[in-house]
Amino acid sequence: MDREKVLDLGKRINTVSKKEINLMEFCGTHTHEIFRFGLRDILPQNIHLLSGPGCPVCVTAQEDIDYIITLARIFPIGVITFGDILNVPGSEGSLNHLRAEGKDVRVVYSPLDSLKIAKKNPQKQFLFVGVGFETTVPLVAYTLLMARKERINNLLFLSLHKLTPPAMRAILEMGEVKVDGIIGPGHVSTIIGRKGWGSIFNDYKIPFVIAGFEPEDIMLGILKLIEMVEENRPQLLNAYRRSVREEGNPHALEMINRVFSVSGDIWRGLGYIEDSGLKLNETFSEFDVKRVYPIKFKKYENKGCRCGEVLRGVLKPTECPLYGKVCNPQTPMGPCMVSSEGTCAAYYQYGEN
Amino acid sequence: MEDIILLSHGNGGENTRKLVEEILGTLGNDILNELLDAAVLPISGKIAFTTDSFIVSPIFFRGGDIGSLSVYGTVNDLSMVGATPLYLSLSFIIEEGFTFSDFRKILLSIKEGAEVSNVRVVTGDTKVVERGKGDGIFINTSGVGIIKNGRDWRKREIKDGDLVIINGGIGEHGISVMLERLGIKAGKSDLAPLNSLVLPLLDRTNGIKFMRDPTRGGVATVLNEISRKYGVGIEVYEDKLPLKEWVKESAEILGIDPLYAANEGKVLMIVDSKDADVVLNFLHEKPDGYDASIIGKVTKSSNRVYLVTHIGTKRILDTLKKDILPRIC
Repeated sequence: MDREKVLDLGKRINTVSKKEINLMEFCGTHTHEIFRFGLRDILPQNIHLLSGPGCPVCVTAQEDIDYIITLARIFPIGVITFGDILNVPGSEGSLNHLRAEGKDVRVVYSPLDSLKIAKKNPQKQFLFVGVGFETTVPLVAYTLLMARKERINNLLFLSLHKLTPPAMRAILEMGEVKVDGIIGPGHVSTIIGRKGWGSIFNDYKIPFVIAGFEPEDIMLGILKLIEMVEENRPQLLNAYRRSVREEGNPHALEMINRVFSVSGDIWRGLGYIEDSGLKLNETFSEFDVKRVYPIKFKKYENKGCRCGEVLRGVLKPTECPLYGKVCNPQTPMGPCMVSSEGTCAAYYQYGEN
Repeated sequence: MEDIILLSHGNGGENTRKLVEEILGTLGNDILNELLDAAVLPISGKIAFTTDSFIVSPIFFRGGDIGSLSVYGTVNDLSMVGATPLYLSLSFIIEEGFTFSDFRKILLSIKEGAEVSNVRVVTGDTKVVERGKGDGIFINTSGVGIIKNGRDWRKREIKDGDLVIINGGIGEHGISVMLERLGIKAGKSDLAPLNSLVLPLLDRTNGIKFMRDPTRGGVATVLNEISRKYGVGIEVYEDKLPLKEWVKESAEILGIDPLYAANEGKVLMIVDSKDADVVLNFLHEKPDGYDASIIGKVTKSSNRVYLVTHIGTKRILDTLKKDILPRIC
């Protein structure tokens, strides 16, 4: 990190910024880093940072967690997934509870580890739960390609993967909050490119800057947005050029398309969004857990948790009646408090309590 | 066929006797060899007494193993209250199928650890559990030491302006074990006995007002414990934190803050500012203290722990709130 550069960008922001504005950082990692480096301390009071729905764990629908739990309680299937998902509360407990009940729940850092687990235990069936945005999908797609190549027949997949531009569009379309500019997600854009945001920019003409994750990247992104807002000259700008190309990563995109196809999906807090999810292609249907186990289960409403409004930027975590009282990282009531990318968790960890 | 530990090694009969002989062969001394139901210890004075359990995975890690970890972990707990560690108990809970060769390696590592830190194993126990009911081997210990005059820091008052000192790099045990579990070869645990470092230091100055080894939960958690116990605020300077390059890099990749990662050879101290030079000069001459630095300051103006970032902004440094680490100690 370049301290002088960060402070200098802070000074320039303070000089340029006049209007009272709301900027939305789509990405949960941006939210987290802004708190971790205490960047709010050096921004002027008239800039308000709103957190968007860019936390894959947080937007995972409760019924998807319920599906996994119901499945693992009925059938002797081992569940493999990323760590954060374990704490997300479903209607009746979380995957952590499932593990404590004696069910086989395993955490991996890489989806490729699920191949090793399946190969090591050929008598047992496993389910890999894939969660994540465009950034995570290519490796899961590769895992599926490898599973087919190596003829692994005891590993199923549940794709809870989601696409970010449709969610961004949904928030702008709802119009619940005034968003004057968007800090675009750097990691996602590495895959989809600046190009991936073109149609949203053309439709809404809102200042949009793709930013990296070092403090100076974030400050630069904010400065560029403020310049655009003050001069009323919206642009779609890539300020993370060392990682993001115009076209994105064609190889990764091609791999995604070989395995997945776009479909409608349910986002926690945002509801059903057209073309915002990724389902396994017809050609991979033998790996699709929902085809193999089309189970039915009772659906519940999650009362009290206002994660949905937090995800849309309508409500600050501290304004939720549960925040810090009954909802905290040890006993999260909703997913915004679970993931390290979750807005509530970032507020809580860095002292807004 | 490889020699393995069976359930019958825990049945109290012939095989148990063999297992005990194996232990005595390596760790035996006049007190342990008596094989009485309890060790009879010739000690007088102010006694410190501690207990701990060790369940680390992997059992053998870079920089140590569960055996040396058990000895040094217990020795360090005694040292932190100013006690000279004297005697240890060791209780092994072994999963059936654990190999004798690994068990012998652990015994040798315990023997070496006990010699290095000048303690004796005086009593112990072994139990064998069915396959699947344990993870290789668990060790429970207790330790006894005596506190010599002048080393008991408990009554000294912590005040505004006192400094926070650590004897070197932060987070090395937790992060290296984590890397090892992921199959990444980088860094090693900082596991080390601290008695030979801190006891002479306590004789050198009366300015040390608190000592704790920041194991599970790391430095951030210990600082929060101090803040809560004494009702003081603490400012930590990100710029001053001693961090090895591999720790910084891998922490960033794993998404772990080294301030929350375990240490096994570190002591965190609250020191009167007028004695800070004496403490630092002393530590800088020792192999386990050459990287010692002042990492923070006690402030009475608040009662929370803050981190002053590289940029100069301030944020709260809270206790560890969620599980980030698998079993490491």
